[in-house]
Amino acid sequence: MTYRNPPTTPRKSATFDDYTLSEIRRAAATGIYDIRGAGAKRKLPHFDDLLFLGASISRYPLEGYRERCDTSVVLGSRHAKKPIELKIPITIAGMSFGSLSGPAKEALGRGATLSGTSTTTGDGGMTEEERGHSKQLVYQYLPSRYGMNLRDLRRADAIEVVVGQGAKPGGGGMLLGQKISDRVAEMRTLPKGIDQRSASRHPDWTGPDDLEIKILELREITDWEKPIYVKVGGARPYYDTALAVKAGADVVVVDGMQGGTAATQEVFIENVGQPTLACIRPAVQALQDLGMHRKVQLIVSGGIRNGADVAKAMALGVDAVSIGTAALVALGDNDPRWEAEYNELGTTSGAYDDWHEGKDPAGITTQDPELMKRVDPVAAGRRLANYLKVMTLEAQTIARACGKNSLHNLEPEDLVALTIEAAAMAGVPLAGTNWIPGKNGF
Amino acid sequence: MPATSKATRESHARVFDLDVQSLRELNQALHNLTAGSNETAWEVLNPKGNHSVAVGVDQPVSIDVRGSVGYYCGGMNSGSAITVHGSAGPGVGENMMAGSITVKGDASQYAGATGKGGLLVIEGNASSRCGISMKGIDIVVHGNIGHMSAFMAQSGNLVVLGDAGDALGDSIYEARLFVRGKVDSLGADCIAKEMRPEHLDLLQGLLDRAGVTGVKPSEFKRYGSARTLYNFNIDNADAY
Repeated sequence: MTYRNPPTTPRKSATFDDYTLSEIRRAAATGIYDIRGAGAKRKLPHFDDLLFLGASISRYPLEGYRERCDTSVVLGSRHAKKPIELKIPITIAGMSFGSLSGPAKEALGRGATLSGTSTTTGDGGMTEEERGHSKQLVYQYLPSRYGMNLRDLRRADAIEVVVGQGAKPGGGGMLLGQKISDRVAEMRTLPKGIDQRSASRHPDWTGPDDLEIKILELREITDWEKPIYVKVGGARPYYDTALAVKAGADVVVVDGMQGGTAATQEVFIENVGQPTLACIRPAVQALQDLGMHRKVQLIVSGGIRNGADVAKAMALGVDAVSIGTAALVALGDNDPRWEAEYNELGTTSGAYDDWHEGKDPAGITTQDPELMKRVDPVAAGRRLANYLKVMTLEAQTIARACGKNSLHNLEPEDLVALTIEAAAMAGVPLAGTNWIPGKNGF
Repeated sequence: MPATSKATRESHARVFDLDVQSLRELNQALHNLTAGSNETAWEVLNPKGNHSVAVGVDQPVSIDVRGSVGYYCGGMNSGSAITVHGSAGPGVGENMMAGSITVKGDASQYAGATGKGGLLVIEGNASSRCGISMKGIDIVVHGNIGHMSAFMAQSGNLVVLGDAGDALGDSIYEARLFVRGKVDSLGADCIAKEMRPEHLDLLQGLLDRAGVTGVKPSEFKRYGSARTLYNFNIDNADAY
């Protein structure tokens, strides 16, 4: 027997990991960047890195099942004659008809309405499904202005001027030809089957001074009745929030990089914008510096998953949160029941993000008439309502444990951070210390 | 041109003086109109560059604005016939649905942006981005238009009696562009196209509706989409 030197274990590069290698091969084979849906998938500092302290000798709790803990929120009280009054501080984020099927939009409306909250249109106009089934509907005013019209503007309950979104601050919408059905094409005034790449800038205003004039126009058109939101991606949350307030917004929506999209370049989703956690304190600080905190409401979105996330965001100073990806999962997105079909598409449930291809086995991100039949709008709407109810109960549970009779009474003092990064971003002490990185010169 | 004779206007027009009354009162009064109202003639005095004059009007009334206006005059117009007896600031007739707007003077940037229908006539010149993202509106400019006009224009017609600036019709979809003078340059995927008999007929109709006389459709060139960028192809990446 010859002696063989002991081999080393095969070692893969942390830099050139399996995913990176597969992407290089894919790019070399196709010559085009990778497009996908959803938000940033990389590991980021997030709400999981924060903990509530709960009550103790110096703070006393409320009875979990007996004492009232208010969850209602009013949005748009700054200027609008008819502010939006929600029972829960969790809204449904803008997602377009076109990227989503008609039954999915209907289900979002049903679920939101059952829960006493609002839902939002998207880059494709307002459909009868969602208007009919949404008691409170926010109508997005986007650079593309697809389907934008006076009648829908007036039958909306609020208007959201979209400047950017967390998945792609600085990027426009994208809906590829596979999903441009006759109905989608008609609503967007485009030929069927072509790739539709909507503009990244509004066609008739640039900069904060113009935005102020644009908001004035929208208020005049709608007789100052409707709250006007301004939505920005998590790019420069301090200045974007301040400028939105200056321009006259009733509500500012800040969407972090975990916020989803129907379709964008992978490189954009993962490399542009800031994590949701990093956006909150600067946005709140801007409102406080202007004396407008709680007068202009702040909605934050991007990676909100449960009642703890809701409570943590509110403790950091937001008035409400918005969910998109989580709402789709509640409807049935990425459900393991379709695993065999996900496998046929070269993926697995939980990882499916090729929403732009229109082949969604769950029938949500598709315009295929057969696939979309898989969404029962009534049952899916019920699931969304159940999920929203659980999130609300969870947030209340935490708030009561912190001695708060309203979710809005949660405060940064109720929180500590598990990591230095999260402590710095959230502006709360590292657990077990009184150290807030960046404060007091340290 | 929206026809309201001087005599009719003087005897019946409801007059709003923006030196005395507020913009809010003007727009609210226009929005309070219901179908069949006999208040069909309106006159706005002293606009003095105000923004959002006569926005969101959805009844077929005539509105004569005596002076120059700021941003978004006639925004989202849905049936009224507005005449600006002066010049218009940015975004005149933005997202117009129906009706007409005539600007006797010049228009600033983004005239007729994202318009879905109706007719916008600029009797002077229009600045950059005229007809940007237009979606069915017809625009007739007696003078010249600036750069990046008809950017991402989806449908409708843009007629220019004078010249067009750089990058006309960049990333254009199915809108039709007719230019009588010179074009400084064409944008990505925009090409000169054959003027067929149906286009001459269409253009004559547009000139008639805009009150243009003494100009023949045969004097124009037609521009539109080469349709090479409709579906992404990596070999076209240099075009962007």
